[in-house]
Amino acid sequence: MFSNPLIYFVVIPVIMLLGIYLSRNMAQIRTVAVAGSLALLGLSAWLLVDYLGLRAAGADAPMLYRGDWTWFSAMNIKLSVGVDGISIAMLLLSSIILLTGSFASWKINPLPKEFFLWLILLSIGVFGFFISIDLFTMFMFYEVALIPMYLLIGIWGTGRKEYSAMKLTLMLMGGSAFLMLSLIGIYYNAGLHSWNLLEIAQADSIDHTWQMFLFPMAFVGFGVLGAMFPFHTWSPDGHACAPTAVSMLHAGVLMKLGGYGCFRVAIYLMPYAANELAWIFLILTGISVVYGAFSACVQTDLKYINAYSSVSHCGLVLFAILMLNTTAMTGAIMQMLSHGLMTALFFALIGMIYGRTHTRDIRQMGGLMKIMPYLAVCYMIAGFASLGLPGLSGFVAEMTIFVGSFENTHTLNRVFTIIACCSIVITAVYILRVVGKLLLGPVYDKHHEELTDATWWERTSTVTLIICVAAIGCFPNFFANLIRTTFSPEIFKVLGM
Amino acid sequence: MEPIIPILILCLPLLGFLVLGLLGPKMSHKAAGWYGVLSIGTVMVLAYITAITYFFSGAPEFILDGTRLQYVVFNQDWLNFYKDLTIRIGFLLDPISALMLVVITTISFCVHLYSLGYMEGEKGFQRYYAFLQLFSFSMLGLVVATNIFQMYIFWELVGASSYLLIGFYYQRPSAVSASKKAFIVTRFADLGFLIGILILSYYTGTFNFTDLTGSVLANGSSVNNLITPGVVASLKFGGASFMGCSLLTWALVLIFMGGMGKSAMLPLHIWLPDAMEGPTPVSALIHAATMVVAGVYLVARLFPLYLMEEAALLFITVVGAITAFYAAVVACTQVDIKRVLAFSTISQIAFMMVSLGVARPEIHEGLGYMASMFHLFTHAMFKALLFLGAGALIHAVHSNDYTAMGGLRKYMPITHITFLIGCLAIAGIPPFSGFFSKDEILSACYENNFIWGAWMSMVAGLTAFYMFRLYYLIFWWDEPDYGHHKPHDAPWPMSLPLIFLALVSCVAGFIPFGEFVTWNGEPYHIHINWVGVAIPSIVIAVLAIALATFMYRKKNPLPDKVAKATGALWTAAHHRFYWDEIYMFITHKIIFNLICKPIAWFDRHIIDGTMDGLAWCAQRLSITIRPLQSGNVQSYVYVYLFGALLLGGVTAAVVLL
Repeated sequence: MFSNPLIYFVVIPVIMLLGIYLSRNMAQIRTVAVAGSLALLGLSAWLLVDYLGLRAAGADAPMLYRGDWTWFSAMNIKLSVGVDGISIAMLLLSSIILLTGSFASWKINPLPKEFFLWLILLSIGVFGFFISIDLFTMFMFYEVALIPMYLLIGIWGTGRKEYSAMKLTLMLMGGSAFLMLSLIGIYYNAGLHSWNLLEIAQADSIDHTWQMFLFPMAFVGFGVLGAMFPFHTWSPDGHACAPTAVSMLHAGVLMKLGGYGCFRVAIYLMPYAANELAWIFLILTGISVVYGAFSACVQTDLKYINAYSSVSHCGLVLFAILMLNTTAMTGAIMQMLSHGLMTALFFALIGMIYGRTHTRDIRQMGGLMKIMPYLAVCYMIAGFASLGLPGLSGFVAEMTIFVGSFENTHTLNRVFTIIACCSIVITAVYILRVVGKLLLGPVYDKHHEELTDATWWERTSTVTLIICVAAIGCFPNFFANLIRTTFSPEIFKVLGM
Repeated sequence: MEPIIPILILCLPLLGFLVLGLLGPKMSHKAAGWYGVLSIGTVMVLAYITAITYFFSGAPEFILDGTRLQYVVFNQDWLNFYKDLTIRIGFLLDPISALMLVVITTISFCVHLYSLGYMEGEKGFQRYYAFLQLFSFSMLGLVVATNIFQMYIFWELVGASSYLLIGFYYQRPSAVSASKKAFIVTRFADLGFLIGILILSYYTGTFNFTDLTGSVLANGSSVNNLITPGVVASLKFGGASFMGCSLLTWALVLIFMGGMGKSAMLPLHIWLPDAMEGPTPVSALIHAATMVVAGVYLVARLFPLYLMEEAALLFITVVGAITAFYAAVVACTQVDIKRVLAFSTISQIAFMMVSLGVARPEIHEGLGYMASMFHLFTHAMFKALLFLGAGALIHAVHSNDYTAMGGLRKYMPITHITFLIGCLAIAGIPPFSGFFSKDEILSACYENNFIWGAWMSMVAGLTAFYMFRLYYLIFWWDEPDYGHHKPHDAPWPMSLPLIFLALVSCVAGFIPFGEFVTWNGEPYHIHINWVGVAIPSIVIAVLAIALATFMYRKKNPLPDKVAKATGALWTAAHHRFYWDEIYMFITHKIIFNLICKPIAWFDRHIIDGTMDGLAWCAQRLSITIRPLQSGNVQSYVYVYLFGALLLGGVTAAVVLL
C-alpha cells in the first residue's frame, strides 16, 4: 500500500496532524505546517515530473499510479487511487494554496493549534478527493473537506460568523444529499457492483432514462459547491466571515471540488444525459457568469466583491464544462487553476489589509498605494489577473474557454458564449473600481498613514502565488497539454466527437 | 534573416520593464532614466537595421519582381486550441510592420530622452520609465504580430500600459478616473474585437494573417492579394448570414469595433481627451503617435479581407468622416491645449480611417491605403512634436490652459519655431510633411466619391483653423503676468527631440512613400494632382490660417463675439456635444442603478431570502412539533393510549368488516 506515491497525499497530512497535536508553541506549529505543506508541494511537483516522464515513455492508461484496497467488502467499497493530468494540476494547486495559506495564518489567534488541526483535516479531505477514483471514497473525502469548514468559520471567523457557518454547511450538505442519492443510483444502475469511476465510464451501462434523472442530481450536488446560480448564496456570506486562510483554501481549492466533481462524475459517467440536459445548466451557469459580475459591481465589502467575482469565474468553469468539447473543458480546468491561485491571492491580500486597517469597506479606505506599496502592487496584479490581462493566468483560461465554447455551434450555446464574453467588460469595471477606490487616489483615513507594509511571511505567501499566476499566463501550452492529453476518449466517443 | 535581432527588439524593452520595475526603487533617478534611454536607443538602432534590411537588401524573401513580400522571421507556438488553431508569438516583417517599427522606436526614443528633463525630480521616476518600457514592448509586439490573436494579446497589454501611464499621478482623483475610463471604454471595444476574432477564426480555422489575407509563395514568404483563400470564401459565400449581413461582414465590423475603441472613433472616443491626465510625454507617445493608430493598423493589416466586404469599408468611411468633422469642431472651442491636441489627434486618425475606407484596388492601385499609412507616419512625427512642444509650454508656465499663456514667442524661441513647424505640417502647407500625406488622402477620397473628398477638404480647413487658433493664443495674443520667473526654453534633453522631430516634419513629405508601402507590395509612384486637389486644399488652408490670424493674433473681443453669436452651438461644442454626460447617464443611472443594484438586491433578498425562508420554515416546523417531545411521561402515556386505541379500533374495523 505504501509503495504507491499517491497515498502519501493522505499520509503526510495525517503526520502533520500528529505533529501539530504534539506541538507546544506557535513556532513548532508553524514549523510543522510549513514543512508538511512543503513536503506536499514537493510530492506533487515530483508527481508532475514523473507523470510526464511516464506518459512520454508511452503509458497510455487513462489513470496512472493505480492502486486498490478494499475497506468495506460487503458494499465493494475500495480505496482506489489514480491520477491523470487534471488531478495532478489540482493536487499542485491544493498544495500551493495550503502552503501559502499556512504563511497567511502566521499569527492566527486564538487557539492556533486547533485552527491548524482543522485546517489540515480539511486538506486531507481535499487531497483524498483528488486522488480517489472510487465514488464512495471520493464522497467520503468530500464530506471530510466540508465539515471542518463549519468550525473554522464559526470559531475563527468575523462578523456574523455563526449564521454564515451554519448557512454554508447546511447548503453544502443539501448538495451532498443530492449527490449521495445520485451516487447510489449510479452504483446500482451501472450494474457492475463497483464504485470505480473508470470501470463505470468504460462500461457506459447506465440506463438512459436513469441518466436523465441522476445527472441533474449529481450536477446540482457538485454545482452547489461550484457556486452555481441559484445555489451560490452561501459563498458571499461564508467567504466574508471566514478567516484568511480558510477563505483562501475554500475559494482556491474547495470550490474546485465542485467543478472537478461535475466533470469527473456527472459528465464523465453520464455523457448521454449531459448532452441532453446541458442546455438547462448552460442557462444557469451563463446567468452565474454575468450575474455574479454585476453583483460584484455594487458591493462595498472587499470580501463580498471577491465572493461575487468567484461566482462569476466559477460559473465560467461549469459553463465551459457543459460545452462538452476538449478545448472548452481544457479551458475550464485552466480556469480552475487560475481562479484558485488568483482568488487565494486576493483573499490573502484582503486578510493582510484587514489586519492593518481593521475594515474591509472600500468606502473607509483609499490611497493604500502610498502607505503599503508592496501589498497594493500585489493587489493590482491580482486584479489584472482577474480581469484577464495577457501574461497572467486569467487571460489564457478565459480565451481557451471562449474559443472552445464558440466551437459548439448550437444557437443557444453561441448566444450564451457571447453573453459570457461580456463578463470581460464587467470584470474590468468592478476590478478597476476597487483598485481606483482602495489603492489609488488620496489617502482616505489619516490614521492609516502609520501602517506598515508586508512582513516577510506575507511576502513569501504573495510572491509564491504571483509567480504561479504568471507561470500559467506565460507558458500556457505546458498546462494546456498536461490537461488536454488526459481527456479520456471514452466520453467523447459517446458524445460522437 | 536571423531571428536574433527581432528577438532582441522584443526582449530588450521587456527586460527593461522587469529590471526597472523590480530593481527601480533601489536605483537612482539618473541611472534608471539613462538605462531606459539606452535600452530603447538600442532597440531603435536594431529596428532601423531591420527596416533597412527589409526595404533595401533586396533579399528574395523580402522582395520578388519588385513586389514586397510578407516574411515571418520566427513564429513560436504559445497556446494551442484545437487542430491548427494556435496562438503563436512571432515576428512578421512586411512594409507596414517595418514602417511601424521605425515610427514606434523613433517616437519612443524621443519621449524617453525628453522625459529625462520633463519628469526630473518627479516621484516615481523609475516607475515611469518601467511603464514606458512596458508600453514599448507591447506596442512592438502588436505591430509585428503574425496572427490576430497575438495582436489581441499585445492589444490588451498596450491598453494596460496606457492605463498605468494615464494614472501615473495616482493620487490625483482625476487621473484615476481618467485611467479607469480609458481602460473600460477600450475594453468594451475589445469585446467586439474578441467576438470578431471568434467568428473569423472559427470559420476560417486559422489566426494567421498570412493565411487570411493572401497567398503563400514557394519560398515561405507571402503576399497580400485578393486570391480568396477557400476558408474565407466559405465564410463569405457559404450562405451563413445574420440579420441580413454575411458573417464575414459581422466579423470585420466587430473587429473594427476594437479599432474604434483604441483609435478613439465616435462614439468610443470619450476616453482620449481625458487620457491627457497622464504626463505629457506619455500623451505624445501613446495618445498621439502610436497606440491610438493601432486601430488604423488593424484595418490595414486585414485590408484584403475588408476589400471583400464593401459594406464594412463603407462603415469605416462613414464612422471616420463623422468623427473627423466632430473632433475638428470640438477642437475649435477647447481651452486646455492638450485637449485641443487630443481632439486634433482624433480628427487626424479619422482621416486615416476614411482613407482606408475609400481605398479600392481599382482606384490608383489602392492609393487610399498608401495614403493612410503615409499620413500615419507623418502624423506620428508632427503630432509627437506638437505634444512635446505643449509639454515644454506646460513645463514652463505650470498650466494646461492657453489662458495662462500668450506672447510666449519671445521667451521660448525654440519651442515657438518647432511648434509653428508642427502647425504648418498639420495644416497641410507645402513643403511640410502633412501636406503630402493629406493630399494623397484627399485624392483618394475624391477618386472614390466627390462627397467624401469635399467633406474631408472642409475638415482639413477646420484643422488649419483650430491649430493656428491654438498657435496664436499661445505665442501671440496677450501676455499674462508671468511674475518674476519668466518662462524659458526647456533643457537640452527636451529641446533636442523637438528639433529632431521638427526637422523630420520638414522633410518627411519628400520620401517616395509609395515605393515602400502599398497594400499589395507593388510600388506606386506618387504624383501630386496640383489642379484638382492640391491647389484648392492649399487655398482652403491658407484662408483658414488667415481667418485664425485675423481673430487671434492680437487680443481683441472678436472671439467672444463669435462665441456669443453662435450661442448654443459654441456651448455644445465646448462641452464636446455632451457625449460624456450621455455616457455618465447610461453607465451610472441605467447600468449601475437599474441593473447592478437591482441584481444585488435580488440576490440578497429573493435568492438568499428563499434559502433563509427554507431555513425559517424548518425552524418553525420544529418549533411547532417540539411540544410533542415534552419529556412529560403522562402525556406520552396519554398519546400512547390514544394511539393504541385508534390502531386497535382500525384493526378491529378492518377485520370485522
